[in-house]
Order: sequence, then structure tokens, then C-alpha cells
Amino acid sequence: MLSRIGGIALRRREASIFVAGCLLVLYFQFTTSVFVSYDNIGTLTQYAGATAVLAAGEVMVLICGELDLSIGMVYALSPFLMYFAQQAGVPLVFAIILGLMGAALVGLINGLITTLLKLPSFVTTLGTLFLINGFTLVISGGFPVQPESSQAFANVMGGNAYFLIGWAIVIALILQYVLTQTRWGLHTIAVGGNLDGSTEAGIKVKSIKIRNFMLCSTLAGFAGMLDCFRIGSIDPLAGGNEIMFMAIASAVIGGTLLTGGVGTIIGALFGAIVLGILKDGFTLSGVSAYTFDMILGGAIIVTMTINVHLNRLRERGRV
Amino acid sequence: MANKDNDLVRLENVAKRFGPVQPLKNVNLRVGRGEVLGLLGNNGAGKSTLMKILCGYHPASEGKMFFDGEEVNLRSVTHARQLGIDCVYQDLALVSELNVYHNMFLQREPVRGGFLGILDNKRMKADAQRHLDDMGVNIPSVDVEIAKLSGGQRQAIAVARSVYSDARLLLLDEPTAAMGAKEGAMILDVINRLRAKGEVSVIIIAHNYAQIFDVCDRINLLRDGEIVFDKRAEDTSVQELTDIVVHEYRHAAETLNE
Ligand SMILES: Nc1ncnc2c1ncn2[C@@H]1O[C@H](COP(=O)(O)OP(=O)(O)O)[C@@H](O)[C@H]1O
Ligand SMILES: [Mg+2]
Repeated sequence: MLSRIGGIALRRREASIFVAGCLLVLYFQFTTSVFVSYDNIGTLTQYAGATAVLAAGEVMVLICGELDLSIGMVYALSPFLMYFAQQAGVPLVFAIILGLMGAALVGLINGLITTLLKLPSFVTTLGTLFLINGFTLVISGGFPVQPESSQAFANVMGGNAYFLIGWAIVIALILQYVLTQTRWGLHTIAVGGNLDGSTEAGIKVKSIKIRNFMLCSTLAGFAGMLDCFRIGSIDPLAGGNEIMFMAIASAVIGGTLLTGGVGTIIGALFGAIVLGILKDGFTLSGVSAYTFDMILGGAIIVTMTINVHLNRLRERGRV
Repeated sequence: MANKDNDLVRLENVAKRFGPVQPLKNVNLRVGRGEVLGLLGNNGAGKSTLMKILCGYHPASEGKMFFDGEEVNLRSVTHARQLGIDCVYQDLALVSELNVYHNMFLQREPVRGGFLGILDNKRMKADAQRHLDDMGVNIPSVDVEIAKLSGGQRQAIAVARSVYSDARLLLLDEPTAAMGAKEGAMILDVINRLRAKGEVSVIIIAHNYAQIFDVCDRINLLRDGEIVFDKRAEDTSVQELTDIVVHEYRHAAETLNE
């Protein structure tokens, strides 16, 4: 029985991060005794929700062998597009759709530059990162604004902590399904695993990459909207590189490789939740944010080491 | 000159340039219906490039291609496949991260639910198993990832993928290179079975002349960007081919010394 659980833990990439999460919850529950409570779980989801949505899209881009650094800036831009559309008289739901279309456009640009001009996506999205940040600051004048909606609507859009994590879970489940059960997902893995081979097999590799960049950007925009309704403010300085790196960290500790071809959306969701647990647990126990960063850094290196070596074992067929 | 109506595929004056490199200068080649053609040539002679032109991967820089009596302009690998041309690439085009049956149906996956493209895994799995059994390929399970298989097993899977694609022209680029004698014999057996049926034409690149004579109706040699030798298998011999190749190496060595 134990060895079977061990076997599953080794075979399923999501399992190790899930176990780590459970141990952390137990630890913080014993040391703080209020960790598992309605209120605190609400707090925890605030740390994890938007990051998990960003990570879900990033995993798709990572699996197809690329990287998107611009998501933190799209996260800040998209709510402003929604806000200005609304100011111009567009009803809220359509304003949200326009904001998401703006985000998708950024993804399209990232994808086109990367595939057609053959730039590494690290460079492309480093460029759009600064570009979009500047653009957001210009159109906003650098000042935050308030989203205009009814309280009920805001609650559904992430104002309520359980709705927030609900969005993250639903999005992760849908994308995990897309990744493992559809042609799009299969071709995403193929393109990241063997680019030349996928081209030879007739897969439209550029189209796959562009579509994943667009998906990733759109989700980044959506994550920005969830957070602006949660906080009740649209801030041009929200998100940025901090949340982008948290999303990539979530993906990586969840079992996604930066080399392409391998990844899991559910793992990234667990990754984001584990980072949320750490942040929340440290806050409750009065540990400083600096210590959190040190632990996060260590966690990334340790989990990556384990992932890489487990992967070698898997390839040799030992597991 | 053979009767042109009998040709399934024909290349006329085909050239291919990659910037300053020109592996193919003026290739004229034909394969009859149900015929198996062996293509020989030194490393770097342009054999793989020629295969990739025939299967729609590379556009030719110059020249014409005729398929089934009509001139065709292949737009893509998928276009060639729709016409019935399928290639086993030298690098196999398998994805290590995917399992055997996903690899065997890569880019032609049966799907349910139309535009959503939901994979019909059950069907792929059953069909893959059936095809591998039929060909005599021995692997632990169609569920394992390609990364866990040996070089020979991978090659067998790549060959099986094309053989069971209902192709009318099968292009095999060194399909037995990573194989032991037993696996190699299995591939040759499959080709011989196709030959007996006579419905599929094959171009096969291999370096083992004994194998070539076992399965080929006709043999071509590619040198300096042109087909310089074209004989029916019964009109030539392993000795003649060996002599030509020895001559090739001398020729190459002299060119180097100049
Ligand atoms: N995509 C490419 N770009 C540039 N040069 C290429 C490309 N593919 C092949 N070549 C060159 O064309 C020549 C023929 O290669 P290839 O067709 O692979 O030969 P063979 O299969 O007979 O060994 C080589 O010099 C190779 O370097
Ligand atoms: Mg070759």
C-alpha cells in the first residue's frame, strides 16, 4: 500500500507538491492553531488565486517551449482597458471582454514576433514587458482608479475569496483537460518536446505557439480583473514582475520544466497554493517577508533539482 | 524509357538550394506503381533532402513533380499526406514525452466533438496495438513514453506509423539504421509484404546492400546532386554497387586532396 502510494507520488508530477502542501498546512495548523479556519482560508486564497490563473496560462507557454515574461504587465493593463471602455459607455460585461481582447492582442504580438521574426520569447516578452508597463502608466497617468460594478458582481468576479479560488480551480481543470485530452494540448507537448519532429509530422508549430501566447495573455488579463474586483482598485503598479515571477515559480515547483514538452496545470495550481500557504503561514507566525523570499528561493532550487533527477529516473524506466 | 503512365511519382530537373549550399542540382527520378526503389549515395549526397521534397517538407528550388499523372505543387507535409505520400524521416519525428499511440497518430489523431478536438484515445490505443502486433513489433505497452524505448523500437514505431497510414507512396529514410539484425529483418519483411500486394510504391534509403537487394525492384545512386545510376536490381549486383561506392570514396578523397 505504502509503496503503491510512493509509486504514484513518483509517477505523477503533481503529487510531490500536493504532499508538500498538506505537510505545510499541518505544520501551520499546529503552530498557529487558526490556520484551518474559514477566515484564514479566505486570506490564503487571496495570495494564491490570481497567481494560479497566471500560472495556468504560463504552463501552456512553457510546455510548448517558450516563456512569457510580460504577463505581470498584462495583468495590470487589462483592467484599465476595461475601465476606459466602461467610461466610454460600454456595459461592464462587454468592457471586460474588450479588456480581455486587448490582453489577447498582446499575446498575438508576442507570438507573431517570436515565431515569424524568430526572436527568443525571452527577448520578445522582455520587450513587451517594458512596453506594456510604460503604456499602462501613460494611459492611467500613474494613478489608480476604482472599478465600477455592483457589489454582487464584484463578489462573483473575485471579490469573494471562495469565488476567487473557484475561478482558479475551474480554469486549471479546464486547461488540464485541454492539455491532456485534446489535439491542441497534444500538439503543445509535441512542439515543446520535439520542434523539428513536430514540423516534420505536419503540425503547424507557429500556430500552436501563437495560440498559447494568446491564451496565456488572456488569462493574465483575467487574473488582473479578478484582483481589481477583489481589491476594489485598478492600480497601474499592481502585479508587475513580482506576480509574474510568482506565477513562473508556481509552475516550476508544480512540476513544469522550462525546457518544454513537460508540464502540468494542476501542479501549477498546487504550486500557487503552496506559495500562498507559505506566505500566509509566515504572516500568521510573524515571520518577515524577507525570510519568505529566502524560503521561496530555496524551494525553487530544491524542487527543480528533484524534478530534473526524477525525470532522468523516469526516462530510464526505473519508475 | 519506361511507360510514363506507369509512374506513380516523377521528378523532373529538380534542384534544391539552402543559401550557398546546393545539395540537389538536377534530379530526374521516377517510381512505378507498386515499385520499390532503393536510393543510394554518400553521406551528405542529398538523399534526405530529396525525400523531404517528395513529402512536402521542403519546397524545391527548381523543377517539377508529377504524382499520379498530374503535376503537383506540394504546399505542406499535410498536403502531401492528403495525396497519399508519407515519410519516415531519418530523425524519426517522434516525441519522447508522448506515449507510443499518441506518436503513432501524431497530427492525424482521431477526434470526437468536432472543433473541440477531443482525442479518441481508446481508438488510437486499439489501432496502434493492432498495427504493431500485425507488423511484429515488440514493445512493453503502447502506453509507455517513447523515451523509454530502444533506438530500434523507436524506428519500428516510426515505420509502423507510416506503413499503416494508407499511403500510396512510402518514403523510408534509413529505416533500419538503429536496428539489430532481427528488427531489420522485420522491417524488410513488411516492405516485402507491401511489394507482394503491389498497391504501395516505396523509396528506401539504406546503406546495407544485402538489404537493398532483398527488397528493391530498382536501384538509383545520387551523386553530386544528380541521379547517376539507374538499374533494375536483377541487372546489377552487390559487387557492382560496392565498386561504385569504393570509386565514390576515392573520388571524394581526391577532391579533398586537391
Ligand atoms: N535545412 C538545411 N539547411 C541548410 N543545409 C542543409 C539543410 N538540410 C540539409 N542541408 C545540407 O544539404 C546537404 C545534404 O544533406 P542530406 O540531404 O541530409 O544528405 P544525406 O541524407 O544524403 O546524408 C548537406 O550538405 C547538408 O548540410
Ligand atoms: Mg540523410
